Amino acid sequence: MTELIRDSLDHCVKCTICESFCPFSQVTPLFPGPKFVGPQAERYRKAGVSPDASVDYCSGCGICTQVCPHDVKIAEINAQARAELWEDRGIPLRNQVIARPSVLGRFGTPVAPLANWALRAKPLRLLAERVLDIHRKAPMPRFAGRTFQRWARSHRSPSTDRSVVYFHACGTNYYEPGVGEMVVAVLEHNGYNVIVPPQDCCGLPLQSNGNFDTARKYVRRLVANLAPYARDGVPIVSNSTSCGLMLKAEAREILGVDDADLKAVGEVTYDLCEFLLLLHERGELKTDLRALPLTVPYHAPCQQRGHGIGKPALDLLALIPDLRVIELDVDCCGIAGTYGLKKEKYEISMAVGERLFRDVRESGAEVAACDSETCRWQITHGTGVPAVHPVELLYRAYGLDWPVKPT
Amino acid sequence: MTNDTIVIGAGLAGLTAALRLADEGRRVLVIARGVGSTHLAPPTIDVLGFADGEVERPGEALSRLAADHPYNRFPAEVIAAGIEWFKARLPDLGYRGGLEENFLLPTAVGAVRPSAVVPETMAGGDLRGGGRFVFVGLRLKDFYPAYLAENLAHRGRVEARAIEVDLPRGEDGRTLGLARRFEQPAFRDALVRDLSGRVEPGERVGFPAVLGLRKAGEVWRELERRLERPVFEVATLPPSVPGIRLYEALTAELRQAGGRLLIGQDVIGVETAGGRVESVVSEAAARPTTHRAHSFVLATGGLAAGGIKVDSRGSVKEAVFDLALAGLPATNGRPRFLPTYLDEQPLDRVGVPVDDRLRPTDTDGRLRFENLHVAGATLAGAVPWREGSGNGLSLATGYAVGTIIAGSS
Repeated sequence: MTELIRDSLDHCVKCTICESFCPFSQVTPLFPGPKFVGPQAERYRKAGVSPDASVDYCSGCGICTQVCPHDVKIAEINAQARAELWEDRGIPLRNQVIARPSVLGRFGTPVAPLANWALRAKPLRLLAERVLDIHRKAPMPRFAGRTFQRWARSHRSPSTDRSVVYFHACGTNYYEPGVGEMVVAVLEHNGYNVIVPPQDCCGLPLQSNGNFDTARKYVRRLVANLAPYARDGVPIVSNSTSCGLMLKAEAREILGVDDADLKAVGEVTYDLCEFLLLLHERGELKTDLRALPLTVPYHAPCQQRGHGIGKPALDLLALIPDLRVIELDVDCCGIAGTYGLKKEKYEISMAVGERLFRDVRESGAEVAACDSETCRWQITHGTGVPAVHPVELLYRAYGLDWPVKPT
Repeated sequence: MTNDTIVIGAGLAGLTAALRLADEGRRVLVIARGVGSTHLAPPTIDVLGFADGEVERPGEALSRLAADHPYNRFPAEVIAAGIEWFKARLPDLGYRGGLEENFLLPTAVGAVRPSAVVPETMAGGDLRGGGRFVFVGLRLKDFYPAYLAENLAHRGRVEARAIEVDLPRGEDGRTLGLARRFEQPAFRDALVRDLSGRVEPGERVGFPAVLGLRKAGEVWRELERRLERPVFEVATLPPSVPGIRLYEALTAELRQAGGRLLIGQDVIGVETAGGRVESVVSEAAARPTTHRAHSFVLATGGLAAGGIKVDSRGSVKEAVFDLALAGLPATNGRPRFLPTYLDEQPLDRVGVPVDDRLRPTDTDGRLRFENLHVAGATLAGAVPWREGSGNGLSLATGYAVGTIIAGSS
């Protein structure tokens, strides 16, 4: 698989379409663009030789691969080159720290008030910027002070003849457990028994920070936990766009994990909105939706393009009476997972997001919607407008008056 | 969810058909492997530029084309209607012209491009009336105004000269980087200052086509006003900034009209039954995804775009449906390519043969699929790059297919 990706560079005809779309090379000369860093520079890379460090300024948003008319796996080539680069030069401490959300979560959750205070205390953020190279203004999420796992252990999902496994990922577990509760409520409302197996990080942040070996360990452990369900034919649903894509494609295509568990899991993994829309197409989605007289700008995250499922949230939200959804025509919010947290990349990330921020602000809306957690935090950071997962709008329209605690 | 129409391909032909149908309230899905050649080529609508020499009146010259040319598959009024629809549908791009007479636009190497319909930002480069032209270089890679001017003057139609402007162009000196700079007032101020006194009375002022991306109309009008001269853009090497404007305008209108775009997905399979296409299968992450529709449009381009594929053994195939191909030369020992690159090549006219509703047929004229229509460079019988007919064919056939499908159910 790794070689197939590398070989795809031979299909590059230098048409520059990827260059035209790259949101990052548009705003910074530090990233010369996907064509230069990808198919062109790749010809000069060999084991132990990483001729250019600019590949580290690729965010991995994947838009280049999507728009390429010749099937060159540009983003994948760049992800592998980035890992080689850090293997040669040693992974910085910062990249090791921010790439382990579940470790941070386990430390931060019990001391959430203190941790949240520290994350907002300017002197400490200055210190973190100096010591760890994490930008002082970067949108760090707040610990919820409780975990979704703990809630799920005490929650009894009604037994029905249809089951679904919920892969909630780290963002839901440590920062937004309320979103997880809404996912469970919406799935149960539609007649599903929701299984929440114990689960740890999928390894994606480690992958995008160049630590492929540890990323592989994480994803192998996760799919080993989920595989028994997959083999029983139970679908796996995730509200984390990027972590879901890790299971569907990236672990195999970028990390080169060739594993029967991964294959079994990937084939039955669905993005939450993809899953709900499939239910609707089969006539199985409940449509007892109350009116929500709101205007909501919607941003489809870059990683969702990698799923190749279009924008299922648009069709789902169209089912809610009186809800007006504005499809935002901007490719990237700039955060790209952990990219925008980094001292040297924060300004780039904000410049990439500016068009999106402007469109959200100009919509005058009180709330925006986006499937991906880090993108939501970035949108709120850039606009002051709260951003929700589309499931929250469905949850409200279904009138599910669960005691969901604020996230 | 069943779509009314699925369009395969996101070039001018596919997007035109899709927008035409979305405007009729149809549920349309566009699936494409990637972005099409709008990003590479000038956005001029060249209907017919060359047919036994340079064409002055494209509408009249259509009759000179062979009977099996795609333009002859439908009445010439459809071509005219497509052009009028296009001009009215994208008013911000200010397209001008029609089938009566070609504009003659200078290219970046000082050749001449006959074009029927051109965006307002390029129209001022029309060479038909003669006159004096000055071309402004911005130290843009692959745009050499002296070379352009000399070649153009050599043809004898016009007087032409070149000037170079050295501006703080920022780090990104490529076309898109420059286009973004043109949207900054301070950059335009510096440019106008630099040009004042260097442009002579009576001259038309040509720039490489980088006068802004999203605000090109405003930028162009401002430059005309401040320089007090006609200003125009000359198409550059890729990426084509005015071509990107066209793609962005078409896709934005399509989204507004309720159409859906799935870019980056190969169609890897098709399901057919009883002479109809039932669905196409795209290669989504982890598992193939089936998309159903009542009708389908194939607009995947020709040999250059991969809609028609040639393998290393010389076998030629239509990539999605494995449709029959017309215009294939005999295989027995004849070469597939001639060493004189610019000559008529044996595979030049290869494409999908169609009936008068632009539906694919076998080589003996028998209909293959009653709900599949073909548009753009996938069609047999045209040689767009020699005829100067690329975008004209895409617009006309995309519009025709949209009209046929809209009228039929």
